[in-house]
Amino acid sequence: MTMTITITINRCTTMLDDFLIRAALAAVGTALAASVLGCFVVWRRMAYFGDATAHAAILGVAIALALNISIFAGVAAVSLVVALLIHRLSDRAQGTDTILGVLAHGALATGLVAVTLIPGARINLEAYLFGDVLTVTRTDLAVIWVGAAVVLTVLWFHWSALLTATLNPDLATASGIDPRRENLILTLLLAGVVAVAIKVVGALLITALLVIPAAGARRLASSPEGMALRAAVLGVMAALGGLVLSMRLDTPAGPSIVVTAVVLFACTTIGGKLQAIGGSSP
Amino acid sequence: MPGVSGQRMNLITARGIGVTRKGTAILQNVGIEIAAGEIVTIVGPNGSGKSTLLRVLIGALNPDRGTVTRRPGLRLGYVPQKLAIDATLPLTARRFLDLPHRVPDAEAAQALDTAGVPDIAKRQMVDLSGGQFQRVLLARAILSRPQLLILDEATQGLDQPGAARFYRQIEAVRRDLNCAVLMVSHELHVVMSASDRVICLNGHICCEGTPEVVSAAPAYRELFGRGTGGALALYRHDHDHGHDDNHHHDDDHHDHNQPVHDHA
Ligand SMILES: Nc1ncnc2c1ncn2[C@@H]1O[C@H](COP(=O)(O)OP(=O)(O)O)[C@@H](O)[C@H]1O
Ligand SMILES: [Mg+2]
Repeated sequence: MTMTITITINRCTTMLDDFLIRAALAAVGTALAASVLGCFVVWRRMAYFGDATAHAAILGVAIALALNISIFAGVAAVSLVVALLIHRLSDRAQGTDTILGVLAHGALATGLVAVTLIPGARINLEAYLFGDVLTVTRTDLAVIWVGAAVVLTVLWFHWSALLTATLNPDLATASGIDPRRENLILTLLLAGVVAVAIKVVGALLITALLVIPAAGARRLASSPEGMALRAAVLGVMAALGGLVLSMRLDTPAGPSIVVTAVVLFACTTIGGKLQAIGGSSP
Repeated sequence: MPGVSGQRMNLITARGIGVTRKGTAILQNVGIEIAAGEIVTIVGPNGSGKSTLLRVLIGALNPDRGTVTRRPGLRLGYVPQKLAIDATLPLTARRFLDLPHRVPDAEAAQALDTAGVPDIAKRQMVDLSGGQFQRVLLARAILSRPQLLILDEATQGLDQPGAARFYRQIEAVRRDLNCAVLMVSHELHVVMSASDRVICLNGHICCEGTPEVVSAAPAYRELFGRGTGGALALYRHDHDHGHDDNHHHDDDHHDHNQPVHDHA
């Protein structure tokens, strides 16, 4: 894979060189943060929560365009508000699925309507729905890597507490950990990853980047840390492989990254099954 | 060291606890005190608020009324009634003991040994049998060297000999750590014989006191009806034997119990 990229890059002009490297760096940064956080999304069965938060990002884009502020800021702010809202509501349990559904699609639809209503703004909506990693600027890249670094650092320092709270909130409380605080931290990180990922894979596919590498790593790991590490590796492979696929076949980058992740997931799952049967090595 | 002044203070004191959910009172005016080193058992029918009371005591649930005072710096070991581990979470028994704080291998092995499951460190939690799972939970709970060990129906899913062994392990833990134990259980006769104090709960405290006092109390008999007559008879029988021999000789006492459990 690395060889393919090297060859591709060598063939390109210096300018192309630069944008490809930017795209690769943006995709790798996003994939790292998303796949590690994604383990918690999988363990806690928060996929729908992730969807709702990510879909709300489109509303964030609309607001950012209307107020003429950074897309990242708009997306982060709206995702945060929606995530906190869901966080609050899910505390009361009962019918959370329905509420999540209403919020997720409500925010998405409102965002889509709002974007088209903004006067003078001729934007390419597809870029925000499916990502447009090939147009990532140096500033975008800085935001993505700072965001990803913050997410990974917080996860590193809260790993044990988050894991205990994930296992059982009462167990956490008895050990002096406040499970509500840990839940809140996960909520904030999720909003952060949505903001980081919107330019790379777009609002509709962010959950895929969270869930699929983690799910693919499950069969390969025997500890939570092992699973996070393997999810990160799979995520990075999907990011780079997807970019190569996109360059070769001239397909959109975001969906190509997700397709690659799905193929990797299928490989590890089938590999795991074969290994369980006693067949070939993974 | 907490110092001598801390010695006299209860580990936990709860007064006037009231919990209401959806207009229904789950707990009403419940008061409970746990002193250092004692074994207290809560008995009560399903849905009588036992788990809710434990969650209030550990601070996982804020009561609508009343106060809970924990001794500052109190170390709790808690075994919850339910612990569902998601199948997507790979977790060995050894790694589970490291939550939330890493412990040295020697200590982990010692704890598993004390809990009666020395050989399962490398097994995945989701692959363990009910009894092994409960024992790993116990091992984790004692690793923090708790001053108070709280067990919510810790012997669920164990057969009677298994439950009896489990209680002997808990007594061993108490001797080793010199900690207090607060537990919820349905195995009335086994538990009662091992307890310093029994609290009979049904939304409110029906009666409490020494096992003898509670098992003779009308409120207790009304709550558990004739269905437990046999168990109570067993308890009395065991207890009388205990008196004849040596009141404080726990191991002897349990050996008396053993054949009774096997036939029950
Ligand atoms: N979060 C909750 N919301 C509403 N009702 C609850 C909640 N938790 C427990 N209950 C109710 O409170 C009662 C006591 O529950 P619990 O403390 O689990 O009883 P026990 O442990 O004695 O079987 C039950 O009727 C249960 O349905
Ligand atoms: Mg209960």
